[in-house]
Amino acid sequence: MADKIVLEIARYAPEKDEKPSFQSFEVPFRKEWVVLDALNHIKDKMDGSLTYRWSCRMGVCGSCGMMVNGEPKLTCATFLSSYGNGAKVRVEPLRYFPVIRDLVTALSDFMVKLQSVKPWLIRHDDVPLSAGEFLQTPEQLDLYKQFSMCINCTLCYAACPVVGLEPTFVGPAALALAQRYNMDNRDQGAEERLGLLAHPEGIWGCTFVGECSRVCPKHVDPAGAIQQYKLKAALDWVKGFILPRGHAGAGKEMHP
Amino acid sequence: MTQLPSTEFHPRWYREPVSTYWWIGSWRYSIFILRELTSVAVAWTVVLVLLLLRALLHGPDAYARWIHRMESLPLIVLNALVFCFLLLHTITWFNLAPRAMPVRVNGKRVPEVLVAAPNYVLWVAASAVIAWFILRAS
Repeated sequence: MADKIVLEIARYAPEKDEKPSFQSFEVPFRKEWVVLDALNHIKDKMDGSLTYRWSCRMGVCGSCGMMVNGEPKLTCATFLSSYGNGAKVRVEPLRYFPVIRDLVTALSDFMVKLQSVKPWLIRHDDVPLSAGEFLQTPEQLDLYKQFSMCINCTLCYAACPVVGLEPTFVGPAALALAQRYNMDNRDQGAEERLGLLAHPEGIWGCTFVGECSRVCPKHVDPAGAIQQYKLKAALDWVKGFILPRGHAGAGKEMHP
Repeated sequence: MTQLPSTEFHPRWYREPVSTYWWIGSWRYSIFILRELTSVAVAWTVVLVLLLLRALLHGPDAYARWIHRMESLPLIVLNALVFCFLLLHTITWFNLAPRAMPVRVNGKRVPEVLVAAPNYVLWVAASAVIAWFILRAS
């Protein structure tokens, strides 16, 4: 067999199609090619109308996430060689997202969710600029660093059945991002976020399937972040029960 | 599944409906559903233990009757199945424990295996004590 591989690509044109259908393309099988290279080859040489997102080609921008043989993958980091010469590889848009065209998903819903967790440093005090920067030890950085590595590729949403079944669920990446700020000792907004996220569409919506962490190309472990968040919420509830006054309100204080 | 409204930029889009059988296609999802189902086995076991205690409270005759009832073949088969589910429940949750409770010593995260291991050690030790207690009499 010649060095070929067949890509079965989901095509959808909203102006004429009721729903997506598959179109097969035969592309050269090269061991140094990733799925994204094959898509670029198709767009350049075979069908210029093929639509998909991509940018950096090095697993940093998070644009080229697609379902490859049913698995959420960054196509820039998924080698054709892992499927073998002559194989058929199915490329579809990320699951559970609305599809705009071919392999492009709509991200507006994700953006709203991401913003809803208040992913920025919240301060209650007003420290003047002249006081200098907030210093942080390597240990303090290490507490949240893993959760800060997210590139918003949304693979975790495509892996999470709760996202598919409950479209209002805030979702893995956004909840992990909330935890990233909660664990940051410069932040004082943990309680405010807990009020927003300790509900069935927030942390309690997660059933710990764990697939989000498995597919994460940056090893963020959103599932771990959410369970740790749940534990904190439960402990806070118990503390509030035993010490009704002034338990969690302590907040984190830090002075530069 | 509710259809999201389209926007002025995207007057039409397609959203794939989620099948009721979404968990059958991949073994990882199937294991997850099995793990969730193990809670039924746990509840069944709790009820069984409560009934056992009630029989004990009612004296030796009631206890003997209860044991006799439990020796029926359908119940033995059912409880063997329940036992398998309990094993799955215990193992899956012990393995997930380090993810929910990262332990840090001197600012460094303790390896996951070291967080899970004490659970297993305690489990084996408790099982050994109970087995010794029961088998000692017979």
